[in-house]
Amino acid sequence: MATTTIIDDAAPARTVATLPTGGRSDENRAGWLMAAPFLAFYLLFLIGPAVFGLVMSFFNTTSVRPGLGEAVGLDNYRQIFTDSEFWASMGHTVWFTVLTVPPLVILAFVLAVLAERVARGKALVRFIFFAPFVLPVTSVTMIFGWLYAAEIGLLPNALEALGLPVPDLLGEARWGFISVAALTVWWTIGFNFVLFLAGLQDIPEQVYEAAALDGASPVRTLWSLTLPLLRPTVVLVTMLQILASMQIFNQMYLLTAGGPGTETRPVMQYIYDTGFSDYRAGYSAAATMIYFAVVLIISVLWYLARVRTRKGADA
Amino acid sequence: MSSRLSRRAAVLGSLAAATALSGCGSPAARGLFGVAPPEGQLSYWNMFTGGDGANMVTMQEEYLRTHPDVRLDATVLAWGTPYYTKLTLATSGGAPPDVAAVHLSRLQTLAQADLLQPLDESLLGEHDLDPGRFVPTAVQKSRYDNRLHAVPLDTHPFVLFYNVDVCRRAGLLGSDGKLRPIRGPEQFRGAIAAAARVTGGYGGVVNITKDPSTNWRWFATLYYQLGGSVVADNGTRVTLDDDLAAQALGFMQGLTTSGLMPKSIDGPGVTSLFSTGKVGFLLDGEWQIPTYAGSSLKFDVVPVPHVFGPKPVAYADSHALVLPRNAEMDDQRRGTALDFVRSLIGSSVIWAKGGHIPAWLPVQNSAEFRAMRPQANYTEAARTAQYDPPAWYSGAGSQLQNLLGAAIATSQTGSAKPAQAVREMRKQLDKLAAAKPPVE
Repeated sequence: MATTTIIDDAAPARTVATLPTGGRSDENRAGWLMAAPFLAFYLLFLIGPAVFGLVMSFFNTTSVRPGLGEAVGLDNYRQIFTDSEFWASMGHTVWFTVLTVPPLVILAFVLAVLAERVARGKALVRFIFFAPFVLPVTSVTMIFGWLYAAEIGLLPNALEALGLPVPDLLGEARWGFISVAALTVWWTIGFNFVLFLAGLQDIPEQVYEAAALDGASPVRTLWSLTLPLLRPTVVLVTMLQILASMQIFNQMYLLTAGGPGTETRPVMQYIYDTGFSDYRAGYSAAATMIYFAVVLIISVLWYLARVRTRKGADA
Repeated sequence: MSSRLSRRAAVLGSLAAATALSGCGSPAARGLFGVAPPEGQLSYWNMFTGGDGANMVTMQEEYLRTHPDVRLDATVLAWGTPYYTKLTLATSGGAPPDVAAVHLSRLQTLAQADLLQPLDESLLGEHDLDPGRFVPTAVQKSRYDNRLHAVPLDTHPFVLFYNVDVCRRAGLLGSDGKLRPIRGPEQFRGAIAAAARVTGGYGGVVNITKDPSTNWRWFATLYYQLGGSVVADNGTRVTLDDDLAAQALGFMQGLTTSGLMPKSIDGPGVTSLFSTGKVGFLLDGEWQIPTYAGSSLKFDVVPVPHVFGPKPVAYADSHALVLPRNAEMDDQRRGTALDFVRSLIGSSVIWAKGGHIPAWLPVQNSAEFRAMRPQANYTEAARTAQYDPPAWYSGAGSQLQNLLGAAIATSQTGSAKPAQAVREMRKQLDKLAAAKPPVE
């Protein structure tokens, strides 16, 4: 089958090889020069602080005093590994990821397929699904705060009017997660939707025509054609979504503030609380490093999954 | 155009932009390049927004009217952790503001970390800021290591708001139209129940969801009335009395689980219920007065009733003005800064419009403030003020408030029994007390 059409990023690089060698080294130098400002900023504001953070994690650094403070070796790490609050916040982050990734991938895919089939007003449909994504997090949480608020919120009042039981949407942990997850799906689905749309548009029309000639049903077409051809996009979207959900902070902080208690506090807020509210910068840096390692492992798995997908596509 | 030329243009352009920025001494230039402020310029950081922010701007204008030669550069930052993080990092990084507003409950940690300039009493006297002319409790809290480190601006207690119409129909007002004194747990519960009968729903309200500081303030008021304490020895020893804490939590829980007050409600919900007359009572900080002052609602404010214990206690905090440590500050700049502080203190009757009790006694005793309602109703609270205990993790917006407030909330929503919530509080306190402090 014509699966070779999926190969995306490798092709343009080959044209470079046809240039004379002198030109190529010129290109090379120009490339580095063009990238230099970015690399400088990257070193200064990303690599530098990250290395400093790593160093800090071995010290009792505090944000109220200049300097690194007293060296404590692996004490910070030891403490974090035995801190039930840290592991609880890790658990909350994982639970939030489990709650958000499936709907954000599956729903975005379904919406993209449906939007692709709309005959008239395609642009309008795309705009409607993508629009929430451009809203700032503060606006979104304010809107949903009014929807969810106990006693005065639209949703509790509507449920009450219908005679249904009224859950405590923000004041109870199990509902708190669901409330924030629902907000996140509504708010960020537009991004995955656009990625899926782009993927769908890359599938050549002829493939569908051939399937139609063979008498394949719409479900069969979706299952045996669209999905396999979209596999790279599905892997990409899923992994980007996992990484995004793992970094949950803003919506949670603004909507539930990690409450009730610390029952919905994600790991990012744990780091913020210990590092900034408690001034324990060194301890917080150690927590950051552990979390960084977790995210790194997931990213490597993503990379491996992508490599395998590409091999599958080449075969 | 050759690439070299455009590169040169880009470099020259960015250099020109940098020079332009640094040349005019703009806040952006100071932030980006650390350029020193020009002479006659005074930088001031605070965390006042809303009604307080507007009042503070008026007070700054008062100062500028009398000091037209000073260029005042006032910066407003977000309340709580963001503010204190920026203030501490700027100060320890050698680029502090000349004057900053802080909460007195946070003073000890800042002073311990050597981030503040001690203020000698003779120096204060020279600027007409004699410590003897401030509310004694606030001055006491401004001391660290027996030296003054702050000039108190106000006392802001946790108080009881009441809806005049609802309370009148509930028969809770005296012949003078004021709330009759409430004493003891039975009377307090009875008053809220009477208000509930009038509204046909809730009798009172206090913010529970997403607001650990308010949970803590309400609990601390009752718990301090019972004579309890939380931590001692600068936060290294836990002194929580489980029975007293459970008694306070039990009383609070009784109000919510009985349906007299909502079990789960956030800030906007609280404002909505109280401003629309759906409750008779609101427990909150006096700083919420501007929220309701502009509306048609008829309300008044009194100290939180004396529910428990032998003597009245008002959980409170104070705003104060400090001079962050600054190696580059000379006597002249210090003089300008203290003049500015004196001017703000002098015009603190404007500040009182935000509900706060002025700490400067000449203002507190002035006819203008004494005629101010409802502010003058609870001036006594400034003298009976009880602050957060000194600890590196206590004070406004601190982890003590966040973590204990969270445990208190679980008791108020009814999801935990008071004894369970006390165990959680103890667990959090033990951990904070045992952790290596950032300052010693």
